[in-house]
Amino acid sequence: MEENVIEVMNLTKKFGDFTAVDHISFMVRKGEIFGFLGANGAGKTTAMRILCGLSRPTEGQGTVAGYDITTEQEKIKRSIGYMSQKFSLYPDLTVSENIRLFGGIYGLGDRRIREKTDTMLEMLGMQSVRDQFAGALPLGWKQKLAFSIAMVHDPGIIFLDEPTGGVDPETRRRFWEMIYEAAGRGVTVFVTTHYMDEAEYCDRVSVMVDGRIAALDSPDILKTEYQARNMDEVFRIIAGRTGREE
Amino acid sequence: MRMKEFAASVVKEFRHIFRDRRTVLIAMVMPVVQIILFGFAVSTEVNDVRVAFCGDLSDPAVRQAVDRIDHNKYLRIVSRLSRPEEAEGLFRRNLADVAICFDREYGSRIVSSGHAGARIIGDGSDPNTAQMIASYLKGVIQAEQADVAVELAGEMTPSMTPVVQLMYNPAMKSSYNFVPGVMGLILMLICSMMTSVSIVREKETGTLELLLVSPVKPLWIIVSKMIPYLVLSAVNFASILLLSHYVMEVPVNGSILLLCAAAFIFVATSLALGLLISVISPNQRTALLICGMGLTMPTMIFSGIIFPCESMPAVLQWFSDIIPAKWFIIIVKKVMIQGDGLASAAEELVILTVMAVILLAVSIRSFRTRLQ
Repeated sequence: MEENVIEVMNLTKKFGDFTAVDHISFMVRKGEIFGFLGANGAGKTTAMRILCGLSRPTEGQGTVAGYDITTEQEKIKRSIGYMSQKFSLYPDLTVSENIRLFGGIYGLGDRRIREKTDTMLEMLGMQSVRDQFAGALPLGWKQKLAFSIAMVHDPGIIFLDEPTGGVDPETRRRFWEMIYEAAGRGVTVFVTTHYMDEAEYCDRVSVMVDGRIAALDSPDILKTEYQARNMDEVFRIIAGRTGREE
Repeated sequence: MRMKEFAASVVKEFRHIFRDRRTVLIAMVMPVVQIILFGFAVSTEVNDVRVAFCGDLSDPAVRQAVDRIDHNKYLRIVSRLSRPEEAEGLFRRNLADVAICFDREYGSRIVSSGHAGARIIGDGSDPNTAQMIASYLKGVIQAEQADVAVELAGEMTPSMTPVVQLMYNPAMKSSYNFVPGVMGLILMLICSMMTSVSIVREKETGTLELLLVSPVKPLWIIVSKMIPYLVLSAVNFASILLLSHYVMEVPVNGSILLLCAAAFIFVATSLALGLLISVISPNQRTALLICGMGLTMPTMIFSGIIFPCESMPAVLQWFSDIIPAKWFIIIVKKVMIQGDGLASAAEELVILTVMAVILLAVSIRSFRTRLQ
């Protein structure tokens, strides 16, 4: 029996007259890599903010990690990790200070933070830059570190908001190895991306168009259904039907 | 809210400040520089005034008056003019600050009527200073004439010369005015500018999102951002007080405790303003501009640091009433210079507290709605 860690029904978010998210419903299974695609302005960021407990839906309900998205936002925040599209570390803090900070705000004890710091740096092979400013690291290292820090409190779900923006394909591939590794440990990965080659790596993807989910399935099924060679074509066929301006 | 999570974010804010040398420089050195600048460069005091005179030196009364001027510790005779018109030349070449011309037969008139004319010519290109110097010199001459009259008549003549005595500031030191002013300005700048910039910076880099998605509540994120600046302003407050007391020799006549309480309320107001600015500014540049043009300028102009509010048109006086710094500066003047107690500063304290409460409520509210 598969366990759903994210379940939403008729999720809607309106800003005045504008409906950013329009009655979307979906489920994400435990340990799944769930790709959340869509053009800019399709509503994926808004939907993700609701799932992370940063914003309340206008209508609809749902649960994340078993907690209600309208009433138990605090508990959701404790059970998820989040890495954003932009730089997720403080450049003027050192590597170990960054780990310390996020360990601290997620309520880890001092000893636990020290242990985490050691194991994390060892795993990343970054012991030598422990006391260097995070801002001075190469982009690929920053991303790996940011990802590890987002997992510092061992969350069951991790939200990645365009985690690989502006990175070369090789670094992206290595980053995805980390994602697979986490998913292998049973962590659910919810990822938004612009790169369609990354969409191929997901177990299932959803494509948002005009605030609605226009398609949701595994990349292989979607490719067959739309008779496309790759996800890029699939995306263009689906998103090409958009009526909404960005 | 667990203390540990809160502590972690406060530590982080302190690190941000002390990591950035420029921030430390601005925060710690600016108050010192301002005090020294205002203290030595911007001065409207009567001090080492160069006096030129024009008159008949064979007249003993004139000689005595000139002597008296030269012996005054703030005044110094630099040259003698043969005609009053020569004064202009001296002013132009910056060789004298003021000229005094004794009328012909100054001495005999003083003997006959107890009064004799003397004309004081000031350098109006710097009106504030000129006025100050002229009235000071006038006072000296009046005192001289009174003395002469008493000497001659053996008693006070019926004519009255008012003796001007400036309470709380007998030497007319301008530091008595600018120390409260600079104190208000610095505390306002440190708290509102630096808080708003530090929040907007996190908005720009996207790291604010990381803090918001963490279990730390938004209110505590705000508080953890404010605490370091609260501490900084306490340090600044202390350094300004020490500097002004030991270097500028401004007395602290009233209760230090009351002064600290007023400063605390004022700092809270400024922090709230900073938060409000951070909510409406999309980037750091806008935040800085709003702070500079929207806070610093009006504070300088309307809080009475440079121009007295009393001489402004009524509309501008009403406008100056909404500037928190004005009230804080009034309190500091009352408590620090005049040595007043709580009762006398109560009205201003209440106004400031109401401002602080309203601003805090509004800014925290708008910060929260902005997140939704």
